[in-house]
Amino acid sequence: MTLLSVSGVSKRFSRKPGILGRALDRITGESSAQTVHALTGIDIAVPRGEVLGLVGESGCGKSTLGRIVSGIYTPSDGSVTLNGKPVARMRGGNVQKLTTAVQMIHQDPFASLDPRMKVGETISEGPRLHGLWSASEAQGKVRDLLEQVGLEGAYANRLPHQFSGGQRQRIAIARALAMEPELLVLDEAVASLDVSIQAQVLNLFMELRQRLNLTALFISHDLSVVRHVCDRVAIMYLGRVVELASAADLYDAPQHPYTKALFASVPTLGTGRAAFQPIEGEIPSPLDPPPGCAFHPRCPFAGPRCRAEVPALKPAPTGVVACHLNDGGTELGKTAA
Amino acid sequence: MNAALDVRGLTTRFDTRGGMVTAVNDVSFAVEPGRIMGLVGESGSGKSVTGFSILGLIDAPGEISAGQVLVDGTDLRTLAPDALRRMRGRRVAMVFQDPMMTLNPVLRVGDQMAMAVRVHDNVSKRAAWDRARAALDTVGIPAAAERLRAYPHQLSGGMRQRVAIATALLHRPSVIIADEPTTALDVSIQGQILAEVRRLADETGTAIVWVTHDLAVVSSLADDICVMYAGRIVESGTAEQVIGAPRHPYTRGLIDSVPSLHPPGQPLPQIPGSTPQLVNLPSGCPFRPRCPRATEICATDPPLSGTDHPALCHHPLTEAPA
Repeated sequence: MTLLSVSGVSKRFSRKPGILGRALDRITGESSAQTVHALTGIDIAVPRGEVLGLVGESGCGKSTLGRIVSGIYTPSDGSVTLNGKPVARMRGGNVQKLTTAVQMIHQDPFASLDPRMKVGETISEGPRLHGLWSASEAQGKVRDLLEQVGLEGAYANRLPHQFSGGQRQRIAIARALAMEPELLVLDEAVASLDVSIQAQVLNLFMELRQRLNLTALFISHDLSVVRHVCDRVAIMYLGRVVELASAADLYDAPQHPYTKALFASVPTLGTGRAAFQPIEGEIPSPLDPPPGCAFHPRCPFAGPRCRAEVPALKPAPTGVVACHLNDGGTELGKTAA
Repeated sequence: MNAALDVRGLTTRFDTRGGMVTAVNDVSFAVEPGRIMGLVGESGSGKSVTGFSILGLIDAPGEISAGQVLVDGTDLRTLAPDALRRMRGRRVAMVFQDPMMTLNPVLRVGDQMAMAVRVHDNVSKRAAWDRARAALDTVGIPAAAERLRAYPHQLSGGMRQRVAIATALLHRPSVIIADEPTTALDVSIQGQILAEVRRLADETGTAIVWVTHDLAVVSSLADDICVMYAGRIVESGTAEQVIGAPRHPYTRGLIDSVPSLHPPGQPLPQIPGSTPQLVNLPSGCPFRPRCPRATEICATDPPLSGTDHPALCHHPLTEAPA
C-alpha cells in the first residue's frame, strides 16, 4: 500500500531584484529576476515499510524533495500525499497532524539539538506539545526511547555537549521516533559521523526499521551506505529523477549513463589503486540548466536529440530510466555510441 | 631512494584547561619522491595536527615539543622563522579542506597566484602570471587564461580546489601536505581531482601526504598508508598491506565497518564505544577499551612489531612478517 505519493512536484526558488536591480530593469527593459529550478516533475511512490534512497550530487534537489515531503517547503507545482491526504497544501490544524506524521533527522547532530535543553526535554517536547504524552508518563517514555536507541535511560538529564557525535545522532533518532511518525526523512544522517560510529548508527537504523516497520526517505550522497540500507534507490541529477530501481538491480546493472559514471567515479575499498574513472566536466548551474537532457554536456553518448528534448522516465530492463537511449529493451549504451 | 619527507618522533602538545593533551605522539614516517602517503584516522586522531606540525603551523597553547621534520634532508624544526618561511610554499606546500578559506575572495585568482610566485622568486609580474597559467594547465583547468582573471566566488568548489592545488604546485615543491582536500567535494568532482593528483605525483615526483578519514579514497589513491589513533600511528605499510591484510585490530575494525564489503541489509561489524577524549586516555594502548583482542597486558604500552608493516599492538592479527 502506498504511504507517500509525490506526483508532478516541481520547486522553483526565485530571487526578486532589489531596488537598484528594479531601476536597472526599467532602464534596460529586461528582467533580472533569477529562478532556480530545484525540482522538476518528480513522481515517486513509497509503499509502507519501504526505505527509498535519494542519491545525487549537490544541487540535484534531493534535500529540497526531503523538505517538501516534510512540509517545510510547499511545492510550486504538483502534489504530495501521505496516506491519501495532501501534505503540501495543509494549513492550520492539519499541518500539526503532518508534523507528527513525518519526522526529519538532520545531518549535523551538533546543530539539530538545542544546546541548552536537557536531552529528555528535547525528546519529550514534541509529544507533549501535540498531546501524545501526559506530563506524568513523559519521563518513562523518554527512558524507553533512550534505551531503544542504545543509550542509558539516565542520560535524559544530561545536556547535548556531554555526548559524542554518534550519541547525539542517536538522540536525534529518539526524538524523531517519539512522535511515532509514519514516515522518516533522513537527510545525510550519517554523513558527519566517523566511519566506526557510522556503522553503529546504520545498525541501529536497520534494527529499528525491522522492529517498528519504518518507512523512510534516506537522502545521501554515499553510494555504499545507500546500497546497504535502502530497498529502492532514485538517482537524481539537476532537479530530476534520472533512474529509479531496486537497490540490487541499480547497483548490479546501472542503466542511465549518469548512474554508470557516478558508480565508476567512486573509489571503493579493495579495488586497488586508481581503479576509478572520473566523469568529465562540472555539474551545471541550476540557475541556467542546459537544454534537453541536463546530463548531455557530460555524457559520452549524447546525440542531437539529447540537446533538444528532455527525456521522460520510461520503463527499462530494470526500473525506470530517463534517457533517450532507453528503448525499453536492450541495455542502455550498448546500442548507441 | 632518499625520502623527500622524513618525520621522526614528532610530538605536538596542547596545554588546555582540561590538562595537557598530546595530539601527536611520537609520530614517525617517511615519504619518497613521487609517492602518495595516506594518513588515515577518525576525528581527534591527530591526523590534521600532524599535517600542521610538519609545516610548523602550531600556535599557543599548542607546542611542537619534540621530533625532526626533514625535507630533502633539512630539518624544518631547527630553522629560524625567516628560513622556515622561505621553505613554506617553495619546498613544502599545503592544500586545505576548504579552498574558500585559502583563497582571498577580493583578489583575482591570477593576482594571488602571481603573488605566491613572487614571494619566493624575483620575476616580473608577467612571468609570474605565465607560471600561474601553466600551473592551472597542469591541474586540468580548461581555459586557464580566463580563469586567472576570475574571482574565487566565480569558480565552482571543484575549480577552487584545483586552483589551491595549482598554487601549491607553483614552486614545484618536494612535498605537498593535503588536508582532506576532497572531503567537501561531490563524488564525481572528487574522482577528477584524485585522478589529477595521482598523475601529478607520478609526473612531477612530488611526495604527497594525503590526510583523510576516507579509507576508500586512500585505498585507490595512496601508495602507502599510516593509520592514526589517539595521536599515534598504530599501523603503517603499503596500501595493499594495510587494506588487504591489516595487523592492528583498529584498522581491521575500520575496514570491516565499511558497508560496501557486506551483503546489503545485514548488520555491520561495528567498533563499540566512541573515539577517545585525548585528555583522559587510558593507560597503555588507547584502543584497549574498544578492542576485541584486549587483555590485561594491554594496560602497558604496546610494542611496535615488525619493520616492513609495523603495528603498535600487543596482539596483532598476524605476526610480523619475517
